[in-house]
Amino acid sequence: MLEVDAVTVRFGGVRPLNAVALSFDRGTWGLIGPNGAGKTTFFNVLSGFVTPVSGTVSCFGDDLLAMSAHRRARWGMRRTFQQDQVIGELSVAGNIELALDHTRGRASAHGVEEVLDFVGLAELARTPGAKLNAMERRLIELARALAGSPRLVLLDEPAAGLSDSESVELGRLVAQVPERFGALVILIDHDMELVASTCEQTAVLDFGNVIASGRTGDVLRDPQVMQAYLGTEEAAA
Amino acid sequence: MSAGVEPGALAPRALLARPRALAASLRAELFAGVFCLLVLLVIPPIANAFWLKACIAAVIAAISAGGGGLLYGRVGMVSLCQMSLVGVGGWICLRLGLGTSLPFPVLLVISGAVTALVGVFVGIPALRMTGLYFALVTLMAAGAFEVVFQTTGFPNGGAGPLGLISGFQARATMRRPAMAHSDAAFFRYAVVVAAIVFLLALLHLRTRPGRAWTAIRQSEAAALSCGVNVTLYRLWAFALASFGSGIAGALYVASVGSLDWGTVSARQSIVLFAAILMGGAYSLLGAVLAGALLELMPALFDTLNLSGNVVLILFGIGIVQVLATAPAGMAGQMKDGAMALRALALRKAARA
Repeated sequence: MLEVDAVTVRFGGVRPLNAVALSFDRGTWGLIGPNGAGKTTFFNVLSGFVTPVSGTVSCFGDDLLAMSAHRRARWGMRRTFQQDQVIGELSVAGNIELALDHTRGRASAHGVEEVLDFVGLAELARTPGAKLNAMERRLIELARALAGSPRLVLLDEPAAGLSDSESVELGRLVAQVPERFGALVILIDHDMELVASTCEQTAVLDFGNVIASGRTGDVLRDPQVMQAYLGTEEAAA
Repeated sequence: MSAGVEPGALAPRALLARPRALAASLRAELFAGVFCLLVLLVIPPIANAFWLKACIAAVIAAISAGGGGLLYGRVGMVSLCQMSLVGVGGWICLRLGLGTSLPFPVLLVISGAVTALVGVFVGIPALRMTGLYFALVTLMAAGAFEVVFQTTGFPNGGAGPLGLISGFQARATMRRPAMAHSDAAFFRYAVVVAAIVFLLALLHLRTRPGRAWTAIRQSEAAALSCGVNVTLYRLWAFALASFGSGIAGALYVASVGSLDWGTVSARQSIVLFAAILMGGAYSLLGAVLAGALLELMPALFDTLNLSGNVVLILFGIGIVQVLATAPAGMAGQMKDGAMALRALALRKAARA
């Protein structure tokens, strides 16, 4: 359970997030909105890269804003970035060990073999990160986010740069994460098909304001959402 | 003292499960071990007194180059005060060595540890900066150390907190370890100490800190989101490099007997960094090459009756050449060359 209340972020005169209040119960959530809506800023607030001027964020009863970025990661906050961040000089296993090194209760955590098996890349364990292709990079990032004891997994456009079939495959894996790893997942993506097929529930941001939140099907049919984000032509379709 | 090591490739536990990976990772250590043994056996009998002294100096320089190379090549930090920290280590060793009768290995460890602490003290404010600003802050620290060393001097056997003699007392010089009085024995001693320091660095690079440093160098955001305490790990790297510098300082004063500020000036720190770039910052072999460049090249020029300043000009040209054509330095070029030779040999063997 993630509760975000009255979170405002200010960059000079701009407010990328304006008194955002959202509550994510469990499972896989989508977070959508047009470019500049504040989606990545929202992730940056959650993961500790941006400090809001006001508001509270509590997840499974813990006050996230009181922790520094690396402490949140140890707590179980995992995120990926729009640009992949696989460490090129480390092997695939090394990339995942990197996350495991800073996990509490490592013995009971999801280990290298388990997460690599989950994404189906066990045979690449010794391959250097720099030699991976786009899909492998995205999968390794997902595996790295799941290593250890993830509680909240934030995926920022994980399917960017992937083909349609790769995107479907990634979505299928992401949808299994809550049950297999017991984590709450929030997914940012512009690919509406991916969001619709992966996320039971979806929240929509527009110019830093929440304009809808709820079951994905209902949200995508919301007239306000269609006007802000999808365009009215698709409403007719 | 090993060729290009993949940082933190796998944890030891994972390595044990994969014998081939273990063999591949041990090949580098084996190579380094054989190299050390060769150096230990071959150099003392064939080198004359002049070259033996130069070789001792090169081994010591390789230790400080190893620290600076680790900071730059693995963590992405440019430190321009490594020689000042050598000065700190030398100061501690002189002060304790002349003022007490502690055995030399204890002096070595204390010099390293205290220098690591001083490094942390310099590092805590400096680590708030990154990139060029960090380099500038460390350069200013080097300038400050230089002024302090220049005005207070180094302990030379007197009483009092600074260990300075007064009036016409004779200057005392630092003793060498009991087992290494002769130059040949001290050379071997220095090689063994260097091997131990490099092994300590390798142990770091192969495990958790090595992975964290590699991540920090590529992307601080990725490191943070994996739970790496970036400031702590950068500070740790700085402390480790300072430890090496402290050890180098202690070895230096034992080798020469004393220390003067010109040896550990800010300028020398910059020259050291240049040598690290040329030797290669990404491997410990690069540190060995940097040590050779720093101490053997001037010695060579000396025997050829050329001015030592020519070395500085060559360093300038060398850096331009390295930065333009071989970012991994001479160590990288040697590795590429060895691979090309191997490919050639394999092709020849296939044809035969």
